[in-house]
Amino acid sequence: MQLKTVLKFALASVVAGLLGLGSARAQDTIKIGVVGPKTGPLAGGAAVTHFPNFDLWASDVNKRGGLKLKTGQKKVELIVYDDKTNPGETIKAVERLATQDKADFIFAPYGTGFNLAAAPTFAKHGYPQFAVAAVTDQIDELIKKYPTIYFWIGDTTSYARSVAEILKKLVDEKKIGNKVAMVNVADAFGIELANAARPVFTKAGFELVYDKSYPLGTQDLAPVVKAAKAANPDSFVAWSYPPDSFGLAEQAKIEGLSVKAYYSAVATAFPAFGAKFGKSAEGILGAGGIQNTPAIQDYRKRHKEVTGVDADYWGSAIYYAALQVLEQAIEGVGSTDRKAVNDYIKSRTFQTIAGTIDQRKQSNPWFWTVGQWKDGAFHGVKGVNTKDADVSLKAGW
Amino acid sequence: MDIILIGLLLGGTYALMAMGLQLQYGVARIMNLANGEILVAGAFGTFWFYSATQASPVYALIIIIPLAFVANWIVYRVLILPLVKRAKSQGQLEVDSILATFGLSFIFVGILLAVFGGEYLSYSYLARPYFIFGQPYGLNRIAAFIGSVILCFGLYAWLHGTRTGRALRAVAVDSTAAAIVGINVNQASALAFALGGAVTAAGGTFLSMFLTFDASLGVIFTLKALVIVIMGGVREIRGAIAASFILGLTETVVASLIDPGLTLAAAYILFIIILLVKPEGLFGRRTS
Repeated sequence: MQLKTVLKFALASVVAGLLGLGSARAQDTIKIGVVGPKTGPLAGGAAVTHFPNFDLWASDVNKRGGLKLKTGQKKVELIVYDDKTNPGETIKAVERLATQDKADFIFAPYGTGFNLAAAPTFAKHGYPQFAVAAVTDQIDELIKKYPTIYFWIGDTTSYARSVAEILKKLVDEKKIGNKVAMVNVADAFGIELANAARPVFTKAGFELVYDKSYPLGTQDLAPVVKAAKAANPDSFVAWSYPPDSFGLAEQAKIEGLSVKAYYSAVATAFPAFGAKFGKSAEGILGAGGIQNTPAIQDYRKRHKEVTGVDADYWGSAIYYAALQVLEQAIEGVGSTDRKAVNDYIKSRTFQTIAGTIDQRKQSNPWFWTVGQWKDGAFHGVKGVNTKDADVSLKAGW
Repeated sequence: MDIILIGLLLGGTYALMAMGLQLQYGVARIMNLANGEILVAGAFGTFWFYSATQASPVYALIIIIPLAFVANWIVYRVLILPLVKRAKSQGQLEVDSILATFGLSFIFVGILLAVFGGEYLSYSYLARPYFIFGQPYGLNRIAAFIGSVILCFGLYAWLHGTRTGRALRAVAVDSTAAAIVGINVNQASALAFALGGAVTAAGGTFLSMFLTFDASLGVIFTLKALVIVIMGGVREIRGAIAASFILGLTETVVASLIDPGLTLAAAYILFIIILLVKPEGLFGRRTS
């Protein structure tokens, strides 16, 4: 009974607080809507790559007094919704931000499927959709259909092709043999990448000695790694998701999977990966990567200071760069007129912490596809329109 | 040979997930859907402990077991007991408790998010190969297996060898009859629930040695535990233990000999077959 009263009171005060905030601040802030998974299967990734960047950016902008508009400086205010890793919730949240909260801008959700699901809603209300956490082969069709969607980290096939090209180069240099063991998580992402990779590998003359999938959330990857090892491959490629990227590497270490090239996809670029495996991570290849310039190093330091979380070595900096593009576009236009901001983004290039961003064709022309752990950090070694670096071989665990 | 060993190790992992729920459901009749979150909380607590002290995660059990016991006792007293008191029948209690603990799981996820943040937590402990018959196995998995065996035998011996344990089993078999012979059913249920929570959290400690966790992962463990408990027959801890190992062996055999992509399918086919052939579970007794 008492608990009930307390809960009621708490709820009432929260609601009152929200209403109060809404009415008091409505005129003097720029409202930025944020949607993403705080809970559910994708929450672990979003907690590193998605959410912290908004806090960092808002803190940076507000520290300097806010965004400069023609009518004076305005601070930014974040309105954050949890989509529970459920595309239906994503759409609802975007709709709510557009109609109820009257957000000035809404940042794109986290995950490819979620961006595709929400794209019609963004387009309907004319909000620019910075789909940073989206990798798809349908970029061309999507930008034709939605004039306000922007892509940042490329298409699926590029990721598969880059891995094949790296291995091919190592084979040509006679550093490794041509036997590849490939595994993938049986989920949209893993299947799409494995399907894209298979013909690329075969065409490049590789022999796929092991090619299997495993279900999402598999707790014991020992049989998978054992069988891959038994096939005696020269390189190991896993189109994997966060929990299994960790699990595969641990199992490979235990089994002593002695491949000269080891690649796992998502989460290899997470700081938690390097922290868990330490020296064993050296030489591991993974999806993503970043050029560790002084600007990026400074960003990583501030990211940790402000949000308490380490930035990853893939999407994090691009998220911040995207927010910088939004910031420069709003200030360039001098208002929150979304149509003008869209036109502004499509009419020029932007200088960001990650380098020059060019969204004139709604898709940034450069992106890193493969990175490698080296000296305790994850560096981009291959990409599209990037300055590729040398790949070193994996020297044991 | 290595398939059997991997299967046994996986079975031990599953037993760690399922034993706590078995106690909670078998004795207290609470189908605790927040069970997985307790496991994740145990894993997170261990992560904290390990990062802070660098001491063996096993020592974290000294803190985690009593803490989980008390927390689950409070949950039972505050949340579950009112449901038990107002329930007119067994069926109603089960429905009510499923709804209540389903809600509770969201609250737990929220608390975990607030306390630990949402990112992946993982550390490396005993990630070394240990050779049995010339084949490498993860030392951390072996440690978890030993932990699981100790827990299994400990619980089994306690349930069969002590007065309190026998009282708990009596409640599991027939709570009305148990009350008639002078067992305080509410107290026994609270004890079973709290103990179940403590066992689950201890399972989290062992699993954290080789699995990577985030705050939202609990539901996966709840689901697995649910399948195992129902497969084993809800009234008997031996059932849950046997079901864990059968499931572990089946999945490993399928993954090694057929295709790792079919492990989930194999697990659920096995589940369906057992339910069709023996609806009350492996060790379950037909209710008259």
